[in-house]
Amino acid sequence: MISEMFQKLWDNGIIQMGVWETVYMTVLATLFSYGIGMPLGLILSVTDKDGIHPIPVLNRILGIIVNIFRSIPFIILMVAMLPVAKFIVGTSLGNQAMIVTLVIAAAPYVARMVESSIKEVDAGVIEAAKAMGTSSFKLVYKVLIPEAKPALIIGSVISMVTILGYSAMAGTIGGGGLGQIAITYGYQRYNNDIIWICIILTILIVQIIQEAGTRITHTTDKRIN
Amino acid sequence: MIEIKNLNKSFKTANETIFALRDINLTIQDGEIFGIIGLSGAGKSTLVRCINLLERPTSGEVILDGRSLTELPQKELLQVRQSIGMIFQGFNLLTQRNILQNVCYPMEIAGYKKHDAVRRAVELIELVGLADRQKSYPSQLSGGQKQRVAIARALATSPRYLLCDEATSALDPNTTQSILDLLKEINQKMAVTIIVITHEMKVIDQICDRVAVIDNSRIAESGYVSDVFTNPQSEIARDLILPKANTTESMTGERRLRIIFDGEASSKPVIANLILECQVPVNIMFADTRDIDGKAYGQMILQLPDDMRQQERVLSYLKANKITFTKEA
Repeated sequence: MISEMFQKLWDNGIIQMGVWETVYMTVLATLFSYGIGMPLGLILSVTDKDGIHPIPVLNRILGIIVNIFRSIPFIILMVAMLPVAKFIVGTSLGNQAMIVTLVIAAAPYVARMVESSIKEVDAGVIEAAKAMGTSSFKLVYKVLIPEAKPALIIGSVISMVTILGYSAMAGTIGGGGLGQIAITYGYQRYNNDIIWICIILTILIVQIIQEAGTRITHTTDKRIN
Repeated sequence: MIEIKNLNKSFKTANETIFALRDINLTIQDGEIFGIIGLSGAGKSTLVRCINLLERPTSGEVILDGRSLTELPQKELLQVRQSIGMIFQGFNLLTQRNILQNVCYPMEIAGYKKHDAVRRAVELIELVGLADRQKSYPSQLSGGQKQRVAIARALATSPRYLLCDEATSALDPNTTQSILDLLKEINQKMAVTIIVITHEMKVIDQICDRVAVIDNSRIAESGYVSDVFTNPQSEIARDLILPKANTTESMTGERRLRIIFDGEASSKPVIANLILECQVPVNIMFADTRDIDGKAYGQMILQLPDDMRQQERVLSYLKANKITFTKEA
């Protein structure tokens, strides 16, 4: 049974706005997270002691920084990073502030994701490329990234779904999106149906992301077809 | 010419130092096919990686056409590597690139113009017999086809040397044969010096001019294939040439002779003549002969009768006919 509250929210376009905000935050936060996490992950894998250009000290320092950020629960990190958000985007409320905190939380996660994808590249292929006189720099963008592409795409889908989950938590501190609607109109005003509708909409978004990711992986991975 | 001088390679682990190669000295002449054979773990793969410095020797020198590679700065070393092709047991093709793009790869690295690279790649793919598979991806090819692509790729930058690391070890006998034929053809037509690492006697036997037998990190012996095959000096070479399971451990006494066929006496029916002329029944206990460049090489172990006079007759016959033999203890 759909309540009056839902009707009101729908008519005022608040549900639609929530979906849009969630998608907007998730997509932008994923993009920025990769902007930071991708190079970080590449450096982590390349400078590893078994990597193509070992720099143990740098690897250790970056590893520790990434681990620190990854070990803080998101809900705490999110609150702690609000001043940083205020400094960067001028406010600690709303989508843009949340994107900042999401990126800070997700970038280290993305870095580990990228690192593990790159490490999956067959050592024999790397050796062959080295034997053909490939420099370390070219090895990264001509061999490591293209060879790891299917794993990187799968990783980005997993990261995106995780970021979507984080963005819902951001609703508790006024971050907007479906999370905030579920908290404000559902939980705080005892409308269970609003909570369930937000859950269903979130599931739909996740399914769409997952399906799109799987299709892209399948059509681009030359090992399958 | 590749010269390897006093080369040592050791790996340090947490508690110990492992010596992978000790005091290796080798000279590989231009135009030859040089084989390096040994059991797994003998150090042969490390040795071939020291030639293009994928593994840096702990001490010693690798000299390529008069230039010492160990002293080259990184940038020049990368250029030198472009003049040494390499193929592997696992093929190591780029999985996300099609055949044409794989063969183009080394030319991209070497800075060829795209147009020239594609033209050369098409030629090479045709040379290795895969003209109709240009747009296929490695996952769509069989092992033998993948190795052909790897060979085309290795030849793309017109290298003077080709390193083959167990290149046929993952292939079935028929495919091995066709890859060996291809390597021989490349050696002859394109004047590429080939260094072959293998644990298979057959590979050495079929395409190599000279061979080095490596055992326990050292070179046990080296020389022309025909010499090493007919008269192996080291125990490891004997083991590799005459597989242990086939040797005749149950034979007794001093009545055994090991006859060595060195390619000259092979046109004659040696054993038949020996029996007819000496009127002595001999027992063939073991025989392993093979045809190398149209001549027969190999060994045979004969059991002689107890009668001393009959034995003498056989020995003097062999001496008179200049047939190499040793008394087996």
